[in-house]
Amino acid sequence: MSAKNILRRIFLEPLIIISRDKAGFVGFIFLLFILLLSFIGPYFIKLDTEVKLDKIYQFPSREHILGTDNQGRDIFSQIVNGGKDVIIVAFLAGLISTLIAVSLGSLSAYAGGLTDTIIMFITEIILTIPQFPLLAVLAAFVRLTNPTMLAFIIGFLGWPALARAIRSQVLSIKERDYIEAARVLDLGRIHIIFSEILPNMLSYIVISLIMAMTGAVYSQVGLIILGLVPFYGHNWGLMIQLAWTRGAIFYKGSIFYILSPIIAIALFQWSAVTFTRSLEGIFNPRLRAGE
Amino acid sequence: MEDRAIIQLDHVSKSFTVRSGIFGGRKSMQVIGNLSLSIQKGEVLCLVGESGCGKTTTGKLIVGLIKPTSGRILFEGQDIWSMNKDEFKNYRKAVQIIHQDPYSSLNPVHRIYNILSAPLFRHGIVKTRDEAEEKVLELLDRVDLTPPRDFIYKYPHQLSGGQRQRVAIARSLTLNPRFIVADEAVSMLDVSIRLSIIELLRRLKEEMNVTFLFITHDLAMAKYFGWEGRIAVMYLGRIVEIGPTPRVIENPLHPYTKALLMAIPEADPQVTRSKKPMQLRSLDIPSLLNLPPGCTFNPRCPFWIEGTCDREVPDMYEPEKDHYVSCFLFRGK
Amino acid sequence: MAKEILNIENLFVEYSNIRGKVKAVRGVNLKLYKGENLALIGESGSGKTTLGTAIIRLLPSSGYIKDGRIVYKGNGNEYDISKFNEKDLRQFRWKEIAMVFQSALNSFNPVLKIWDQIYDTAKAHGITNRGFVRDRAISLLRYVQLDPERVITSYPHELSGGMRQRVLIAMSLLLEPKILILDEPTTALDILTQRNIIELLRTIKADMGLSMIFISHDLSLAAELADRVAVMYAGAIVELGSVEDIFYRPRHPYTLGLIKAVPTVTAGFRELYSIPGSPPDLINLSPGCKFAPRCEYKETECEKDEPKLVEVGPEHFVACFRHKEISNGR
Repeated sequence: MSAKNILRRIFLEPLIIISRDKAGFVGFIFLLFILLLSFIGPYFIKLDTEVKLDKIYQFPSREHILGTDNQGRDIFSQIVNGGKDVIIVAFLAGLISTLIAVSLGSLSAYAGGLTDTIIMFITEIILTIPQFPLLAVLAAFVRLTNPTMLAFIIGFLGWPALARAIRSQVLSIKERDYIEAARVLDLGRIHIIFSEILPNMLSYIVISLIMAMTGAVYSQVGLIILGLVPFYGHNWGLMIQLAWTRGAIFYKGSIFYILSPIIAIALFQWSAVTFTRSLEGIFNPRLRAGE
Repeated sequence: MEDRAIIQLDHVSKSFTVRSGIFGGRKSMQVIGNLSLSIQKGEVLCLVGESGCGKTTTGKLIVGLIKPTSGRILFEGQDIWSMNKDEFKNYRKAVQIIHQDPYSSLNPVHRIYNILSAPLFRHGIVKTRDEAEEKVLELLDRVDLTPPRDFIYKYPHQLSGGQRQRVAIARSLTLNPRFIVADEAVSMLDVSIRLSIIELLRRLKEEMNVTFLFITHDLAMAKYFGWEGRIAVMYLGRIVEIGPTPRVIENPLHPYTKALLMAIPEADPQVTRSKKPMQLRSLDIPSLLNLPPGCTFNPRCPFWIEGTCDREVPDMYEPEKDHYVSCFLFRGK
Repeated sequence: MAKEILNIENLFVEYSNIRGKVKAVRGVNLKLYKGENLALIGESGSGKTTLGTAIIRLLPSSGYIKDGRIVYKGNGNEYDISKFNEKDLRQFRWKEIAMVFQSALNSFNPVLKIWDQIYDTAKAHGITNRGFVRDRAISLLRYVQLDPERVITSYPHELSGGMRQRVLIAMSLLLEPKILILDEPTTALDILTQRNIIELLRTIKADMGLSMIFISHDLSLAAELADRVAVMYAGAIVELGSVEDIFYRPRHPYTLGLIKAVPTVTAGFRELYSIPGSPPDLINLSPGCKFAPRCEYKETECEKDEPKLVEVGPEHFVACFRHKEISNGR
């Protein structure tokens, strides 16, 4: 396979497939925009940390596209610089959740019997514990100065719901004829789970990953807003926290300060979820173009 | 006779527990009841019956996909569920299955090459990619998918039903099996394709001396494929008649077999329009949750003997050499 | 002189597909006479199901009638079904022509009881009188040898395949249609159940004098019930004749091939012969006879022009250039 062919397969074809679903394509464009803004943007638009007391809570103008905050700092620069940490932590947390969920869920479904009962029991226990209060309690005990630590904790608490869903999927695929044939050919449990079953669930897994990621965004932002996470760096959640505690909700001029990060987060969530509509097409060989 | 048996079922029963109704408790559904069968090396045995008779379950028991509730499944004289790891591995290589639905028996995300090479690599039959490719091309050629290069890197959805079934057959041949269970292997194919697959199976049987268990509800196809072998007729989990195919077809003994043969629509107007189907006492097929006492066919049997057929289960009688029937009409003959 | 009840004139039906247009029905001319049983025999891709669903205008959304007419002669008038709009169709379906699909579970709404589905169907076609529908449904279910009370309160999955098929047949007779189209009525049913359904259809024909069109890949269904048989291949009729003509005097290599490929249970052992190759791609059809690639009688002219139906016997038509050589049948 030539390099040109590989490039075509990895970039051009998926793009064509994504564009087939109109909504999914729109989600993709917005997601791309937000990712570029949050990861490339900071190199061009530096965070405005200068306190300008004469420009408090200014309305959007040509100089400050989204206005200024309670200390006269430019909101737009804060938005551009505020996405990276949130997205990275969310992605990491989502990845951890998904990896645990896929491993445990598929093992549980395939092995059945006692293994299944035990794993599901543990899953149900963690599932019934209210996630957010638990996170809040944990945050009190564990120093969440390290964003990776935050990601791990959110990830470790988020896997049960996913695991159940993965398990159901695996249970149904397990009964299919080609899996039976694989068993009769003695292909081995590991091979069957990872080479036969999971590849049929790729779109499901990736969609689960994205959903886990959006869930992690909310958990993260929630913790930050409640002040349970010590301040580090700058991010959208922190913006909401500061806006809230600085009384932005009481002052009509400050509406942009509190709304901007909320809309940024909501836009990110929405575009990620909408994008998943296009994913089915990429992972299903039947739907790929021209083969 | 016994030592030439490659597969034996020794008083095998299989039950499933089902929940009956929303509030109902667990009930036991006996899919196969006290079934004994001996399949000889190199023969073709056709297992025929209607849906719910347990023929597919019998196939799955033989390939070890499910365990019997009681009784033993013997491969070359050994109980497969008492085998050690190596013996079981051997058994697995020797006994294979071909499924009914060509649209669900191949993994849609794998190319044909992957589907056929996986078992080759797994069992150490090939070690390098080149060896695997060569062997896969050879297998594709064996099942008449020619030229093989046209098929090897395709996905299942790019193949027709008949072609997919050939791939499924090729897959079953990868480990050089000695016994193949063909579970309705041609039922979902078009009429003109069916025969070519049957011919392929016949040819493979000759070339490789494979023993076949051909499961089907199509008596006519069973007759054709198994003409030189035997037919076993199943009804509600039991074998009601078994014998050499020509004898069972030309001289059916069990009332159920007779009813089937008289009911089959044939592709010949004069023949089929002059058929007089046997009047059965009831149209209802008993539920497996509630099997009738005695001979399971008695509620529908026009020849039933009150007091006998609804009380005891008939043994297997042998009114003709090698032709067995489980029916009181033949007791003492 | 038999009266015509349906006349399909030069019908072309296509489906839109990502890869192109699927030419499912190509220039079919067919008449249905009053009170006769006509079998459309063919394998997958032959166009038989498309033809059947086109008659009753129940093609899937990707399908459309490209050209031709479907003329229904009833109530003293002639109607072109292919030109009907939704309103006309609602009056027309079930009352004049009804269709019975396969007894598969997906012919039913799994969350509705049978009664609800019957009543919904009646309502959709303008009959809202509950009492009338109930009486009619009960008498029809009894007619098809089902226990009416038990069946109308059941859900589809609680009934066996054979019972569901009977329900579908009973439902189709609700408004006393003149034509019944049955799509694979016995496929996937057990032998004894198949026999029951066949006998039921015979009884219906004898009692009600309907005209029936059977769509099937199963030759034996045609052998049992058909007066005339149309054999279809790649969207066209390749042979049309009485059931005796088709089975005892076939003149098309495909018909002959089919008959020689189907095993029978009676009469000893008969060697069978398969038809090599597979059906053509209906999107990219090659010129000439569509069966030529698989035909042992193929000549050069077969690959250039597509043969038209010619009369080879009374009411017996064949589309083959070499039909004269295929006159010894079985």
